[in-house]
Amino acid sequence: MSLLLFDFLLCGLLLTLALASVLSKQLSHAVILYIAFGLLMALTWARLAAPDLALAEAAIGAGLTGALCFTALARQGKLALSPALSWQQRCWPAVFVVVMFSGLLLALLQIPASPGALPAVVMQQLADSGVSHPVTAVLLNFRSWDTLLELLVLLLALLGTLQVAPAPVLQHSWALSRSWSQLLAPLIILLAGYLLWAGASQPGGAFQAGALLAAGAVVLKLNQQLNWLVWRNVWVRFFAVAGLGVFVVAALAAWLLQGVATEPVWLQWPPELAKYIILLIEVFATLAIAITLTLLVIAEQPATLLSVERENTRGEEND
Amino acid sequence: MNGATELGLLSSLLSSVLLVTGLLFFIAGSIGMLRFPDSFSRLHAVTKADSLGLGSVIAGLMFYCSWWQNLLMLLIWLLVLASGTVSCQLLARFCKTKQDQA
Repeated sequence: MSLLLFDFLLCGLLLTLALASVLSKQLSHAVILYIAFGLLMALTWARLAAPDLALAEAAIGAGLTGALCFTALARQGKLALSPALSWQQRCWPAVFVVVMFSGLLLALLQIPASPGALPAVVMQQLADSGVSHPVTAVLLNFRSWDTLLELLVLLLALLGTLQVAPAPVLQHSWALSRSWSQLLAPLIILLAGYLLWAGASQPGGAFQAGALLAAGAVVLKLNQQLNWLVWRNVWVRFFAVAGLGVFVVAALAAWLLQGVATEPVWLQWPPELAKYIILLIEVFATLAIAITLTLLVIAEQPATLLSVERENTRGEEND
Repeated sequence: MNGATELGLLSSLLSSVLLVTGLLFFIAGSIGMLRFPDSFSRLHAVTKADSLGLGSVIAGLMFYCSWWQNLLMLLIWLLVLASGTVSCQLLARFCKTKQDQA
């Protein structure tokens, strides 16, 4: 009974927050409501016994997307300060949402009520997958093609963002927020390492660990720390690409190893090496995801020859 | 760990009192945030009440869990306490700067 009450409360709050976020007149209010919505969504996933999704939603949906929206708002300047959105401005997103919602509802109605044969097959093959957590086994072994493409999508998004990144803005940061972010940094690294390692046997994994690292890095970057974390830095570029690169190299190596067998299959790990391959891929994927998400939030125009020259002349003028 | 049935009368009474106290603090903080006139008093209401409220709720829950879970809950409380205090200070400072500018 009390759980039913909790579920009703959760559903009601989710719907209210979603509607309030879409319909709110000020963009900053909409962002704050959206963050609250993300937190409740994470709670909902946890209630639905999907802790992997809950972790990802809390880190990405509530944390990073909120930071992304806020940095975008801060760079909008006057537009963000405009008191109210007009009817037309709010109408089009609403139409989009209604169309998407109907599509999702149609798709949802076609899902059969019973889980089907797939979970049983996964549990059957789990021993050969190299990990003991079924979600990680699906993501990095049985359906690793999807994860590979996800990393590619992230990389493409980053490359696209870097093209339209705004010019760097000089912001001052308070000593309190700076020292607090520095105090949190070791804790975040520890937690991310734990999440990465725990992914083999319980909820966790590369995406959650990467998102957590990115959240810490964003806070540090907003406080003028981590000055090396820019696209100019060749190591940053290397590790941003290495997530995908290591995945492809591992897939090729596994393919060649299988060559002696009858019919080599793309992206299938040999069972005795699967554990190490998955760990290697996950470590590099975590770093790539962390760097990509951080740069997505606080990307600044990469320095070109022209801008460096301009910066130098300005520096000389200041001297 | 099977809930209140294994607890003695005194423990369950103490735990309930702590849980209810925590909830009261949360309610007071929420009402304060909705009803207080300016940002500073709203910040005051919500952060003070939340820190103490969460502490009471965690103290109440500690009767039901193993020592390891208790330690984790204590750590979470400390973290929330510290981050709540820091964000309260930062928000208040932001409000003060805005007020001085206006």
